[in-house]
Amino acid sequence: MNIKELYQEIILEHGKNPRNLRKTDNFNKDAKGYNPLCGDHVHVYLKLNEQKKVEDASFEGSGCAISMASASIMTDLVKGKEENEVKEIIKDFLVMIKENPELKSKNLKEEEKTRLMCLSGVKQYPMRVKCATLSWHTLISAIDNTQEEINTERLD
Amino acid sequence: MNILSIKKEFPIFNNKVNNNDLVYLDSANSSQKPKAVIDRVNDFYTKEFSNVGRSVHYLAVAATNLYENTRSSIQKYINAKDKNEIVFTKGATEAINLVANTFGQKFLKEGDEILITELEHHSNYVPWHFLRKSKGIKIEFAEVNTDGEVTIESIKKKITSKTKLIGVTHLSNVTGAILPIKEITELAHSKGIAVLVDGCQGAPHLKLDMQDLGCDFYAISCHKMYGPTGLGILYAKKKWLEELPPYQGGGGMIKEVKKDGISYGDLPNKYEAGTMATAQVIAFDQSIKFLEKIGINNIIKHERELMEYGKEILRKNNSVKLVGNPKNKGAVLSFTIEGVHPHDIATILDEDGVAIRAGHHCCQILHEKLGIAASARASLGIYNTKEDLDKLNSSINNCKKIFNLK
Repeated sequence: MNIKELYQEIILEHGKNPRNLRKTDNFNKDAKGYNPLCGDHVHVYLKLNEQKKVEDASFEGSGCAISMASASIMTDLVKGKEENEVKEIIKDFLVMIKENPELKSKNLKEEEKTRLMCLSGVKQYPMRVKCATLSWHTLISAIDNTQEEINTERLD
Repeated sequence: MNILSIKKEFPIFNNKVNNNDLVYLDSANSSQKPKAVIDRVNDFYTKEFSNVGRSVHYLAVAATNLYENTRSSIQKYINAKDKNEIVFTKGATEAINLVANTFGQKFLKEGDEILITELEHHSNYVPWHFLRKSKGIKIEFAEVNTDGEVTIESIKKKITSKTKLIGVTHLSNVTGAILPIKEITELAHSKGIAVLVDGCQGAPHLKLDMQDLGCDFYAISCHKMYGPTGLGILYAKKKWLEELPPYQGGGGMIKEVKKDGISYGDLPNKYEAGTMATAQVIAFDQSIKFLEKIGINNIIKHERELMEYGKEILRKNNSVKLVGNPKNKGAVLSFTIEGVHPHDIATILDEDGVAIRAGHHCCQILHEKLGIAASARASLGIYNTKEDLDKLNSSINNCKKIFNLK
């Protein structure tokens, strides 16, 4: 594995200029996540409309290139999708990032899959998988309104 | 002193990491082990194993002698007045917990103050926090300055009539600041305050003389001293060990047990309940021998030269910023690179075989104070060379290249 496969241009670009790094006005769902190993915090905000479609998604926080890029791409992708579709995409992503060679979700367009797959290099770096998944677990918590801060050390 | 021949004593360096020679710069986290220490663990289990201090058979007597022999070696190495001032623990963390727990039980009440510093590792804060919760004591923090050091003045400022104990690190695991322990102890004792020193980073790299330092408690982590894991040492002045209650109850720490009362064993058994890390204690004698063979003055000289060299090359490297700049600094080089998170730095360096640590190094209070979420840390040991630091620098340059930095 070449380190450049992990740090692809798209990751570096999103890491440097993260999309949606802000707080959604009038958000109606949110959750916090924390990685105690590195001290990184993330706060995810969602605005769902009456049809349970994501009108806006955003995040606040700081972290490594992997975690920032992951949150950036994630918040971009879920916009315009329905809550159930988002949940299915999260599930698909979390399996892919650990073991599956590809994404299977029908709710993702090919272009969206390609964008997400740029994070797949993380698989080779088990210590860094949590960097990529923190914002996704936090998004689940926001959708489910669990009111509990996600802690990467308490996840499987 | 020939560093390369010293390095040869460490079998780990025969292995490749990601097809590269290992550049190990994580000794503040845990040091590598010389062959003599590794072999001693194996030999003890192979030829000499028995539990200590209990049975009367041949192996038990021999093992007990070996175990106590390490205690004597440590006493000599740290210049403690009495052999029984050396208590074995499972680590420096347990050593500090032992003091917090027993000292807290006997001497602390609501409103009393423990003074620590903003440099402290979590293991010299959390045990005191337990007492804050259970007894309502207060914890005060002596401030760290912009150079990442804690001065005697900043400690003096936080001492009140309620201060009962001062807990300080000997050498910061982040900024490398070496604290003036002797002065702190003199100041504290003049006001009747006890002093506990977290010696995790001090013990492997500085001259240890308990009678000269004068502190009441000194916690040591053996795995950072080229020794085995699972072993720590609490040095405590005899009067404290006699006066404080036992920490854990069980076999080995008692004198007589009856239904209506129990009397505790003599020192140091009173604090060593249960079967201890026997093989580790016996192997640690080899770590002491290893350190003595090189000589602490040679170790200090070598590590200081390396630290100064590393500091210079990192200073000259654009976009690298050193964390802290203490006047009296040990062999720790923490840094940040603007635009690259420390975890990304560590992953990229690892690809080149350069092992550093990234994160808050169990010092969140300090990182918050310095206004950074995390830092990258290269920490040195006796086996490191200038070539290692050159490799660190070229790997940092590689990292900057990947992140399109100049």
